[in-house]
Amino acid sequence: MTAVAPPTTPSSPAAAPRRQGRTAVRSRAWIWFTLPFLVPFVLFYLLPIGYAIGQSLTKTERTGGIFGETTTTFAGLEQYSRVVTDPAFLNGVGRVLLFGVVQVPVMLGFALLLALLLDSAVARLKRTFRIVYFLPYGIPGVIAALMWAFLYSPQLSPIVGLLQDGGLDVEFLGSGTILWSIANVVTWTYTGYNMLIIFAAMQAIPQSVYEAAKVDGAGGLRTAWSIKIPLVLPALVLTGVFSIIGTLQLFTEPIVFRAISTNVTSSYTPNLLAYTTASANNYPLAAAMSVVLAVATFILSFAFLRATSRRSGL
Amino acid sequence: MSTVAPVQGEQSGTPSRSRLARRGATQESPLSVAVAMIVLIGAAVYFLLPVYWLVVNSTKSQPDLINSNGFWFADWNLGQNLSELFSRDGGVFLRWALNSLLYAGLGAAVGTLLAAMAGYALAKYEFRGRELLFSIVLGGVLVPATALALPLFLLFARVDLTNTFWAVFLPSIVSPFGVYLSRIFAAASVPDELIDAARLDGASEWRIFSTIAARLMSPALVTIFLFQFVVIWNNFLLPLIMLRNSSLWPITFGLFSWQSQVSRDPQLQILTVTGSLVSVIPLIITFLVLQRYWRAGLAAGSDR
Repeated sequence: MTAVAPPTTPSSPAAAPRRQGRTAVRSRAWIWFTLPFLVPFVLFYLLPIGYAIGQSLTKTERTGGIFGETTTTFAGLEQYSRVVTDPAFLNGVGRVLLFGVVQVPVMLGFALLLALLLDSAVARLKRTFRIVYFLPYGIPGVIAALMWAFLYSPQLSPIVGLLQDGGLDVEFLGSGTILWSIANVVTWTYTGYNMLIIFAAMQAIPQSVYEAAKVDGAGGLRTAWSIKIPLVLPALVLTGVFSIIGTLQLFTEPIVFRAISTNVTSSYTPNLLAYTTASANNYPLAAAMSVVLAVATFILSFAFLRATSRRSGL
Repeated sequence: MSTVAPVQGEQSGTPSRSRLARRGATQESPLSVAVAMIVLIGAAVYFLLPVYWLVVNSTKSQPDLINSNGFWFADWNLGQNLSELFSRDGGVFLRWALNSLLYAGLGAAVGTLLAAMAGYALAKYEFRGRELLFSIVLGGVLVPATALALPLFLLFARVDLTNTFWAVFLPSIVSPFGVYLSRIFAAASVPDELIDAARLDGASEWRIFSTIAARLMSPALVTIFLFQFVVIWNNFLLPLIMLRNSSLWPITFGLFSWQSQVSRDPQLQILTVTGSLVSVIPLIITFLVLQRYWRAGLAAGSDR
């Protein structure tokens, strides 16, 4: 599990011998170094989390008809029971899970394949390819979604036109296909980023390992399968966790596609639903959705870490 | 065929050496080279296709955008598009671009400084609760930014700061991932002996950090800056929730709002295309120029 929780075993500072006499000076100095970070961290990270939890435990009611005053009262877990029984929310969760089960392995497999090729002896122009593959990560999600939206659009897309000439009628924005069209945008954006993480891990494999493999007569494919992939497993786990977090939070791409297709509803993903709910001023319910989503993200990430750490022996 | 220039400024390892040896370790048959190149080139086409489409189509007029072949040029109209892009709605596009630069550039600069100081302190000072503090900060890495946006809006609404520059800027300066990276880099690149020597010479703690440690950490700080820059530049939900006033929008949100109005005003479509290209070019250039810093950062993130 070294990939994600390294801080518990920092490389040098814990081992540094305590220097008596100067501790007094330094014991105050660390405060001034950490405070400028900690103040905004508390204000803009911890406080909102606490506030969201607090909000989610309340409800607002109108007294005296539609134009009456609203009052906020403590409601316990009422909002949560509403969230977990809300068919729209559950549909959205089901949709992102389906999305993740297909998209994350495809993307990581693709990234691993590219990393292996760029680390192998058979590829040429490696540096150029690496830059090209990483490029989409630098393009904002909104712009990426806009670009692909043009390439999917029945009126504008040269791809749709080419396929039609070939006798194929593809609807990228149809009700059954749009989820995978969105998956393609996400894959396009993040494959290169994940590839670079995996590639960096491959580059860190000690030379002696390869020499041993060479002595044993292992070829390129064999080396990739039995040495490189097992040794970059921590990096793969890391990219897996980041991808799971990203999938559950899916928001930008769907909201852009919502502008061009009615097949993306206002409750298409849980995050979109939370946003819609908040826009309708139902803050307690929206807060409960955010909390459920964040907790689900944590649980899934840790479950994934546990499952993979057992298999990879990290 | 030395196709691979060794990457400069690596934080660790000696890639050129291992790559040379690796090359010798396998027998390359022409067939496997061909298969590998087909896959690599195919992937490159996939990653470049939308960008190519964007370049080609931002040179067209709105009617040609609809009617001509999307993968090839039609009548040259780029100049016209650009002048319209920058003059539309009183030049609001330029405003958005400057806003984005301010949010992302200044936000990442401040965020990097705060992260560098905190990471340095966590690496080089011993104090009670240090590991606990670091664990809490690291937990922040796992908190999805979108989960924070909504409660942040409610909190900012309480102090009447929504729809202001600060509503997007202030939350952007916090980078737990930056603290994590800078602790690793500080531990690796700032020798304790150097700090002790400076103390013996009577240098203040701040002076040690700003003149010695920050300089030694500077490649890492560029990496942190880049990560934070991209995160802020890409942030969409926070501006969407916080900002009503279009003069405060970042470029991504502005282009999104244009795209949403295309059915009302079709001309906005070509402006969205041209605007996307204009907004992407500086990013691509920065990316290419600073490419090596990414690898250094990513290597540190996954190595340990």
